[in-house]
Amino acid sequence: MSAIVLNEVDPKKRRFLIIASSVVGAGAGAAVAVPFVGSMFPSARALAAGAPVDYDISKVEPGQLVTIEYRGAPHWIIRRSPEMVAQLAKNDALLADPQSNDSSQPAFAKNAHRSSNPEYFVVKGVCTHLGCSPTYRKEIGPADLGADWPGGFFCPCHQSKFDMAGRVFKGMPAPKNLIVTPYKISGTTLTIDADIKGA
Amino acid sequence: MAHTPKAAIEPPIPGILGKAIVWADARFPLVKLYKEQLTDYYAPKNFNFWYYFGSLAMLVLVMQIVTGIFLTMNYKPDAKLAFASVEYIMRDVTGGWLIRYMHSTGASMFFIVVYLHMMRGLMYGSYRKPRELLWVFGCMIYLCLMAEAFFGYLLPWGQMSYWGAQVIINLFAAIPFIGEDLAVWIRGDYNVGDATLNRFFAFHVIAIPLVLLGLVAAHLMALREVGSNNPDGIEIKKNLSADGTPKDGIPFHPYYTIKDIVGVVVFLAVFSAIVFFAPEMGGYFLEAPNFVPADPLKTPEHIAPVWYFTPFYAMLRAVPSYFGTQFWGVAVMGAATLILFALPWLDRGKVKSIRYRGPIYKWFLTAFVISFLVLGYLGVVPTTVWGQLPKGLPLVGGMDFATLVARILTAVYFAFFILMPWYTAKDKELPEPERVTY
Repeated sequence: MSAIVLNEVDPKKRRFLIIASSVVGAGAGAAVAVPFVGSMFPSARALAAGAPVDYDISKVEPGQLVTIEYRGAPHWIIRRSPEMVAQLAKNDALLADPQSNDSSQPAFAKNAHRSSNPEYFVVKGVCTHLGCSPTYRKEIGPADLGADWPGGFFCPCHQSKFDMAGRVFKGMPAPKNLIVTPYKISGTTLTIDADIKGA
Repeated sequence: MAHTPKAAIEPPIPGILGKAIVWADARFPLVKLYKEQLTDYYAPKNFNFWYYFGSLAMLVLVMQIVTGIFLTMNYKPDAKLAFASVEYIMRDVTGGWLIRYMHSTGASMFFIVVYLHMMRGLMYGSYRKPRELLWVFGCMIYLCLMAEAFFGYLLPWGQMSYWGAQVIINLFAAIPFIGEDLAVWIRGDYNVGDATLNRFFAFHVIAIPLVLLGLVAAHLMALREVGSNNPDGIEIKKNLSADGTPKDGIPFHPYYTIKDIVGVVVFLAVFSAIVFFAPEMGGYFLEAPNFVPADPLKTPEHIAPVWYFTPFYAMLRAVPSYFGTQFWGVAVMGAATLILFALPWLDRGKVKSIRYRGPIYKWFLTAFVISFLVLGYLGVVPTTVWGQLPKGLPLVGGMDFATLVARILTAVYFAFFILMPWYTAKDKELPEPERVTY
């Protein structure tokens, strides 16, 4: 048993072994964490549930808002009256981004009315602040929103205001205009489909 | 090394039970734990009203765990079934309404008790050396409680559950670069949905409670190590009697266990009155829109978080977006909770207790408490509550008056902490007494 020599510890070697085994152990731990973290991302089923939706716009009255569900979020189709469209051009002074330079929309909707056809406005009904769904306030100058309210959308959660083209007012909690999800109109059928390119 | 058997203790009580204790103590540190935690733990003899809330927090924790276990027996964490299963608990399960109201009232009472407990710490300097870690563990418990309350609030799957979760998860989406992916990861879907509900259930019933219990154990261990502070903020360990126990201390058991029972009785009377007569507390403990099932397509007209989050919510709302991102409001809200951790290192005062602090600290603490309460009020009402300022005013013209007040009070909240190293060092303090007073 004389081979076992006590009190001759090599602290350098011991520290190296501790660090080396700790690093390898931590690496293994991190590798095991990958599938656990991954399990919290949307599942294959959640990813698949995103098919385009169609809507027949012939029945929408002027001024009416229709809510349809696309990928779990409310999307609005609004048929704007000529007065509403005319009002849009007068709103620029109130707006943070009237040209929609810093906002999300397909190329065909990067204009003052934010749509392919000024009459039909299609927008994701989710506030760009913290994801509430704004309320539709088309009336002009109501008591609670002030005399200069030009008609638009008002978010009940944090009081962000948007005009009838979903453009955000200055100094609001919401940083950007409402998101226009890509869509196309053929005849009376409107199709919302995020995979439509610039169009 | 040879094993030395532990010296047997004398039976503390006669009969078979005494023998059982002797038998167990030879195999488990039974008597040692009892003495360390209760009979040989000396607490200052001048505890007042403010010292009830630690033990009351423990009581509420136990109640929440017990009622929670019984609720899970009938609750279904499924977006299609959750709302109906809560209705089922309320209407068809024997005693279900009582268990649920105890749980929902317990959530609010937990925060009331913890806020008062933290207020005590602020007033008497309980976070000061050597109790820094005790305070840090306490802050972590507070964060866990907020997480627990937030996850739990989604479970009834009402309108307020749904949109509250939507807003809070979107706070994370405001973080630059990784935010959007992070929010999707938290939800497990592109919107709050079944996957979100299921995982929030897992966090609420097991993950957070486990962490919480661990932290409570750490909080108590740190307390037993350093000993309780007291309303005079002086160390009772500096004055020991001949047997080595503090002259100004009395054993926790039986003295403070008896005192705490008085607090428990009063607390349970108040608690029962709420559970039986006002479980919704006028919409503050249970919000009216939450009696409507979650509708992902329609946000309620006025949404506000439950009262215990509203001071931070008011801060979030008060901060406008700059540079095309609302991250600043989120950052301010996060900083408002995290800054509590730094408190032990911000305070430069020589004395701990408010009794001997100078006037500047008292003014700052008063301003801090008022700002917290008023922010709490502003968080439950719409920003239009106090009308708008006249258009003609410079800088603030046309602004919602309540928003302006919220901004000022947010600044006051932070000033309490950020200016603390300056004003506590400068303040004219009174000398501390040698021995505790009443």
